[in-house]
Amino acid sequence: MEQATLMFAHEFVRNAYLAGTFIALACGTIGWFVVLRGQVFAGDALSHVAFVGAIAAAVLGLNEQVGLFALTLAFAGGMAALGRRAQADDVVIGIVFAWILGLGVLLLAVLATSSGGGSGITAANTLFGSIYSLSGAASSLAAAITLLVTGFVLVAARPLLLCTLDPELAAVRGVPVRLLGVAFLGALAVVTAESTEAVGALLLLGLIAAPAGAARSLTARPYLGLGLSGLLAMGAMWGGLALSYAIDSLPPSSAIIGLAAAGYAASVAIAGWRRRRGTQWRAQQS
Amino acid sequence: MTPSLSLDPVSDVRQLLTFPFMVNALQAGTIVAVLAAVVGWYMVLRRQSFAGHTLSVMAFPGATGAALVGLPSAIGYYLACTIAALAMGRTSRLSQYGGSDQTAAIGTIQTVGLAAGFLFLSLNQAVLGGPETLLFGTFLGVTRGQVLALLIVAAVALGALALLARPLTFATVDREVARARGVPVGLLDAGFLLILALAIAATSQITGALLVFALLVAPPASAQLVTSAPLAGLALSVGFAVAIVWLGLGIAYFSIYPVGFYITTFAFGLYVLLRAGRWAWSRRR
Repeated sequence: MEQATLMFAHEFVRNAYLAGTFIALACGTIGWFVVLRGQVFAGDALSHVAFVGAIAAAVLGLNEQVGLFALTLAFAGGMAALGRRAQADDVVIGIVFAWILGLGVLLLAVLATSSGGGSGITAANTLFGSIYSLSGAASSLAAAITLLVTGFVLVAARPLLLCTLDPELAAVRGVPVRLLGVAFLGALAVVTAESTEAVGALLLLGLIAAPAGAARSLTARPYLGLGLSGLLAMGAMWGGLALSYAIDSLPPSSAIIGLAAAGYAASVAIAGWRRRRGTQWRAQQS
Repeated sequence: MTPSLSLDPVSDVRQLLTFPFMVNALQAGTIVAVLAAVVGWYMVLRRQSFAGHTLSVMAFPGATGAALVGLPSAIGYYLACTIAALAMGRTSRLSQYGGSDQTAAIGTIQTVGLAAGFLFLSLNQAVLGGPETLLFGTFLGVTRGQVLALLIVAAVALGALALLARPLTFATVDREVARARGVPVGLLDAGFLLILALAIAATSQITGALLVFALLVAPPASAQLVTSAPLAGLALSVGFAVAIVWLGLGIAYFSIYPVGFYITTFAFGLYVLLRAGRWAWSRRR
């Protein structure tokens, strides 16, 4: 207990917990729909695009956040425009995404020749995040933006669920399926851009996929799963932050992802055990 | 001698080939192009780009982990890719809802790999030259030994794929019928993932973790826009990939910008052109 109060006496810890709680909540809730809609690869692409956006901003001398938001939103818009109708989603995402990474290579080369070093640290921070170096203002902003996205997901949960599970029925009942799909990808882009600074572009996907996958294997009930996914993400965030504070050499992002994945593995094991018990029970009945 | 472009293609190519490092790069690039184009053709057909991308980033934990314990980095690449492929094969058998929760598992495997890589990197206090070289590769530093090793691995991977080709195509095109006819679909899934892992581990040592993915996805996808016949498609895919790599390497030699940028841009441009061509063709008829 005493150690916990000691830990929260540091301002950087309080900032990390403030931003981290709401980032995790947003990732967990939006991740539930990402997994249900089978758009994890789109999330993967978006998080890599965020990295290129940050480098582009550095090359152009713009604010990093501007580059992150501009490029992820543009990419989400492009995916929404090209996807759905064509069966080739998986391939189109892959190709555009590979090209944007190629642009990233070019931008890194430009950055390296123009600034003479320093680019490595920017790149590493964008790729893997540095939640313990967030300023007070940055963490308040991250909390506010991710809270807004969580609000959007909760308000839109019912129609979003209907479009996800049965798009035809949703269209018949007057739900704007396409518009909602675009808005959803936009929200995912905002979460990605905002969480990149804290968790890192490459590790963000774990916070979106793992808690939702865990919730999915534990329950088939949509609202219960939504809540569970958000809670699991928050749990991984809190535990990961505390772990990396306690163990010096453990980076916070690695600890958070490690816990989220452990939660996933545990819930898959629980689901398997339940299934086996279910078949045994049915065998005894007959 | 500084590289200078003289608008005379013959003398330009001759100038290129005077350097051993350029010859090595072209040989490695050709092997990589053939391997990625063939394995990638199946990957695209099976809609496994996400799995392919996940295996490509396993280079990062592989290299950083090997550096941490003092092994050669090639062993790290093969180990990390194989472990990830086995984990993905396992989850595909456990998945209850068909596709969607399997992508969650793949995404989790990918980030666990990256998080482990980051941990290894920070434990090792940046012995590696920054994450970019790892992720984007160094095409122009390929040695003779690497070319030979690459050739052997490519022969093994392509040989294994040739053995599986017929049942794998069947299981990919019509899974249920194949299963009913007694084709071991699950075993084929796992086998293909292992071949993909082998090809990616060998390729990413040269092209870098992120660019192997461009070669895996773009030439096969372009070929599949033109034809759906397997043999013609595979041949076209190999042709596209080799042309893209040669052009990319050749132009990068005369330019200050990296090879990876040219290769991905040509690959992307080819796909967009073919897509536009197909659209125009279908409108005309």
